[in-house]
Amino acid sequence: MTTASRSMAVEDDAPLLSVRGLTRRYGARIGCADVSFDLFPGEVLGIVGESGSGKSTLLACLAGHLTPDDGQIHYLSNDGPCDTRTLSETTRRRLMRTEWAYVHQNPRDGLRMGVSAGGNVGERLMAVGARHYGQIRTAAEDWLERVEISAGRIDDRPSAFSGGMQQRLQIARNLVTGPRLVFMDEPTGGLDVSVQARLLDLLRGLVRQMGLSAIIVTHDLAVVRLLADRLMVMKDGRVVEQGLTDQVLDDPQHAYTQLLVSSVLQV
Amino acid sequence: MPATQTAESAYNFAYLDEQTKRMIRRAILKGVAVPGYQVPFASREMPMPYGWGTGGVQVTAACLVPEDRLKVIDQGADDTTNAVSIRKFFERTAGVAVTTATSEATIIQTRHRIPEEALTEAQILVYQVPIPEPMRFLEPRETETRKMHELEEYGLMHVKLYEDIARHGEIATSYAYPVKAAGRYVMDPSPIPKFDNPKLGQNAALQLFGAGREQRIYALPPYTDAVSLDFDDHPFVASKAMHDCDLCGSDTSYQDEVITDDQGSRMFVCSDTDFCAGRRARGLFGRLGVPDAEGGA
Amino acid sequence: MIKIRDVAKTFTLHTQGSITLRVMAGASLSVNPGECVGLVGASGSGKSTLIRMVWGNYLAASGTILVGAVDVARARPREIIRLRRETLGYVSQFLRVVPRVPSLDVVAEPLLNLGVDPAAARARAAELLARLNIPERLWALSPTTFSGGEQQRVNIARGFAHCYPALLLDEPTASLDATNRDVVLTLIEEAKARGAAILGIFHDEGARARVCDRVMDVTSFTPGAAHAVR
Repeated sequence: MTTASRSMAVEDDAPLLSVRGLTRRYGARIGCADVSFDLFPGEVLGIVGESGSGKSTLLACLAGHLTPDDGQIHYLSNDGPCDTRTLSETTRRRLMRTEWAYVHQNPRDGLRMGVSAGGNVGERLMAVGARHYGQIRTAAEDWLERVEISAGRIDDRPSAFSGGMQQRLQIARNLVTGPRLVFMDEPTGGLDVSVQARLLDLLRGLVRQMGLSAIIVTHDLAVVRLLADRLMVMKDGRVVEQGLTDQVLDDPQHAYTQLLVSSVLQV
Repeated sequence: MPATQTAESAYNFAYLDEQTKRMIRRAILKGVAVPGYQVPFASREMPMPYGWGTGGVQVTAACLVPEDRLKVIDQGADDTTNAVSIRKFFERTAGVAVTTATSEATIIQTRHRIPEEALTEAQILVYQVPIPEPMRFLEPRETETRKMHELEEYGLMHVKLYEDIARHGEIATSYAYPVKAAGRYVMDPSPIPKFDNPKLGQNAALQLFGAGREQRIYALPPYTDAVSLDFDDHPFVASKAMHDCDLCGSDTSYQDEVITDDQGSRMFVCSDTDFCAGRRARGLFGRLGVPDAEGGA
Repeated sequence: MIKIRDVAKTFTLHTQGSITLRVMAGASLSVNPGECVGLVGASGSGKSTLIRMVWGNYLAASGTILVGAVDVARARPREIIRLRRETLGYVSQFLRVVPRVPSLDVVAEPLLNLGVDPAAARARAAELLARLNIPERLWALSPTTFSGGEQQRVNIARGFAHCYPALLLDEPTASLDATNRDVVLTLIEEAKARGAAILGIFHDEGARARVCDRVMDVTSFTPGAAHAVR
């Protein structure tokens, strides 16, 4: 289902993810405070800010890696709406293997380095009950091709891959079960510039083809301009501005956003 | 139960004190109540080091009563060093009768094999287990593997089998082949050859598994299902012995390969010594078998 | 199709001591289907600013901007995105592309976003690139290495790939030679003929004369002289 048809089908439907007043503290310090937004199916939301802005904390709370101190997160799962804070552990873990995906900044955190590429991609399928070796392998080969890794490398370990390939493998591993919501933490951080371009292009294509919703945390404004429909700018744990990506970047209203945008080096 | 002392020493019956045996029995009961679930227990210092069967010894010690008849085998044989040591240990500290005949034993402690002869409801089979966690080598974190068992997340087990097929063209795991107990918990049946896996399920005897170093006990109650994991298109196959036993002619038992001279000649003999001797006693012989054959496992 | 009512625009430059620049007030304008309205005015008078506000790239300080049934000044981001995908096209002055995407795919993208079959999308893209005299050998290359004129033509091809009911054009014929200028103006005329409402900036008087039905001077929307307020 393409973005077009999917969003036309759910035009005025409920948001996929609804966040209200999300707050997480580290003792007396604020991690993130009072964050609220809605994310609709097929939308890509970028969260930018500098180090210490709270964007990583926010992402961790949304993805269920951290428990928020306050606020609500409502997710519209395939089985109906749920409050992710009150989910049972079983349900949350199942959600994270099926409808959600998490792309780590460092691919090594998101891969099993001791398992072959095919095994890495097939794991989520096996985790949800796939029991036919031939079919699993075919699905893995298919996905490797989609992320532009030669299918002939299906039996190689990720330790034999370059950083860019590892990151693409991580993406394949996450997307193989057709998730609806993808969390990405600095997906191009640490990669060479040319490799970044390729990865961003790939992500754009996959997001559109699969009608994915995504929340991308990054400090790189070029990445959000390319990938995100909407943008949230964070400073000191709070959202200072949000809106259409190109509008926030080209016509920033808040002082901090203006500072951020004007600080980007033009090449 | 009053402490029974043997003539030569001040050991309590079966070496362990009564309170420890009670603790182990509670762990065993939990294990029996939840087949395949690894129950933590407070493993004791034993007179043999960790890695030499202390788990099995502790389970046996907790189960023993004076009327028991004990058999101990190591890789199927009653007469290897470790089997002899452990059997002597219990003779000395518990004074129980011992036997090499499977059919006469009430408790059988085994390392890495299941006896060929079918067991009965009156028997207990105690396995020595090195690493109880079937997913340990793929997922080193104990916190994670516990979660996986708790939430029945066993995708990783199939990743292991997938890797085998990808690398070797078939599931190459030949021992310690994981099974699903009673349709719920995946367990490691100890390093028995996969040839023995079919005997795990629907066995009339009570099967207890003890890991002393790792401090876990688990169990398969009698007549419990134990299904070996596989793929739809790569079903589990218990590899069949390719030879008949050269001594007794059995074509259904698990074989050991023995090199007999420096020219590389070899013979295949049943790993289960009691089984082999029993067949020969009934007049069944193999290629090399003569009455009172030398050699053997 | 495009109705601009009483739109004002203010820039507050926090990085420069919070200077407030009022650059536009009381802007009102309508563009009907099949019409092309040209914006004129001195450089810096706000022509591009107005176009960008219609596109949703700049926030209007007040007023309404209706494109079809959507008020761009108030719409939610996803509504604007949907509008840009289906209804409103924009050819900016500068081509902005993702690195390493071939020109053919750059031009086909608006159609791919609408779910058009990739083969058909690329066929249409090829047709436009050919009309705009981009040699076929360049179609597989990323336009980032092209000359200014070539980039502009790829930009235009992309803007006309889908038959948008409303179109915004910012200097579409700049840096083009006579032949290609003619092609672009023909494309505009064809768009008008199928009922598109077009709002454009044309510095070239000849181009304006040919395609614009009306002309609007944006200096009439400038509040006095743009003055600095602290």
